Amino acid sequence: MPKAPFERIVAQHGRTVLRVCRALLDPTDADDAWAETFLAALRAYPDLPAGANVQAWLVTIAHRKAIDVIRARGRRAVPVAEAPDAISAIGNPSEPADELWAAVRALPDRQRHAVAYHHVAGLPHRDVAQILGGTPEAARRAAADGIRALRRTLAQQEEIPT
Amino acid sequence: MNGPVHELTAELASDRPEDGAILRRLHQRLATAAGLQGVLDVTYRTLDTPVGSLLLAGTPVGLVRIAFAEQGHDRVLDDLAQRVGPRILADARALDTVVRELEEYFAGTRRRFDLPLDHRLISGFRAVVLAQLPRIDYGHTASYAQVAQAAGNPGAVRAVGSACGANPLPIVVPCHRVVRSDGSPGGYAGGPAAKKVLLALESAAGSAAGSAAGSAAGSAAGSAAGSAAGSAAESAANPAAESAAESVTGG
Repeated sequence: MPKAPFERIVAQHGRTVLRVCRALLDPTDADDAWAETFLAALRAYPDLPAGANVQAWLVTIAHRKAIDVIRARGRRAVPVAEAPDAISAIGNPSEPADELWAAVRALPDRQRHAVAYHHVAGLPHRDVAQILGGTPEAARRAAADGIRALRRTLAQQEEIPT
Repeated sequence: MNGPVHELTAELASDRPEDGAILRRLHQRLATAAGLQGVLDVTYRTLDTPVGSLLLAGTPVGLVRIAFAEQGHDRVLDDLAQRVGPRILADARALDTVVRELEEYFAGTRRRFDLPLDHRLISGFRAVVLAQLPRIDYGHTASYAQVAQAAGNPGAVRAVGSACGANPLPIVVPCHRVVRSDGSPGGYAGGPAAKKVLLALESAAGSAAGSAAGSAAGSAAGSAAGSAAGSAAESAANPAAESAAESVTGG
């Protein structure tokens, strides 16, 4: 099958990749990861096999780029006396300060990844397992645990009077 | 019990309208970075003109393709992906010299284009034909038969028509100045109406500005004509086959 212009790949998958990046990183870092993901994908695009699952390919790249961003942030990190609130809207003021996405970001790594790639990106558990390692069943469990934890977090937030 | 879970997962999976502006900004950032790092095969944008929306596509070498809306911009981009490379991005800030010169042309203040061109989509006898076209002065026309003669193959009138129809750089390489022997405009990749608009534009701007510039350009082109005829004969060794192989696009 002939290869589509890369612009069409961005148009088809740009929104989903942005949501995946937001599920993994705070808004400013998510923007960086989105740009890095598509730049890396653009470079590698001529070598992508015909008929490959483009969505899974992009999510795999986003997964690696998000890890890079987190590592880079770790190196930059300065110890603070008090941990900042988990749910914060730091970042570009135009980004929605969204409790749901902040709650996803607060999940343990494996649950966060499984939720991001299965529920946000829509990949089957089999593809998620390929990205994360482990079995499809383990990926399914991590996604289910993640959703349960999210419901708990969001329910607790609703109980807190504002 | 399942209701809230379903709502939650649906929200995780759904696009948000407010992301449109963010994505446009990120797209521009991607296009700029990709351009600077030299990882693009083709950059493109569109321009609204009196002959409709034009697709303008460039490579690192130069302008490689101009296409009319009638030709289907998506189809043209698919073709570029196959023939040039699939690393293609839109960039609203790219090709600004091309845009400026085209705007001047449509304003009637520009007679010649001074742009780096990438000729990789043109080959064989078509290249010989298209090389003749800049010699037709602004505001003037030549017949398909005259161009066939100038290209060194008087019998290849049909091939001239299809070379013009397949011109990857219309307007800049002025195939609109090639008309039928009876003076009627003939076919055009952008549609016959577009051809009339371009000829009328040049006719109006040309008569307003006088003929001094036209005759100077004419003599410069004349001196180059001899050398082109030689290469025309080589490339057109088998004009009948060339002609038969052409698609019936019309010039």
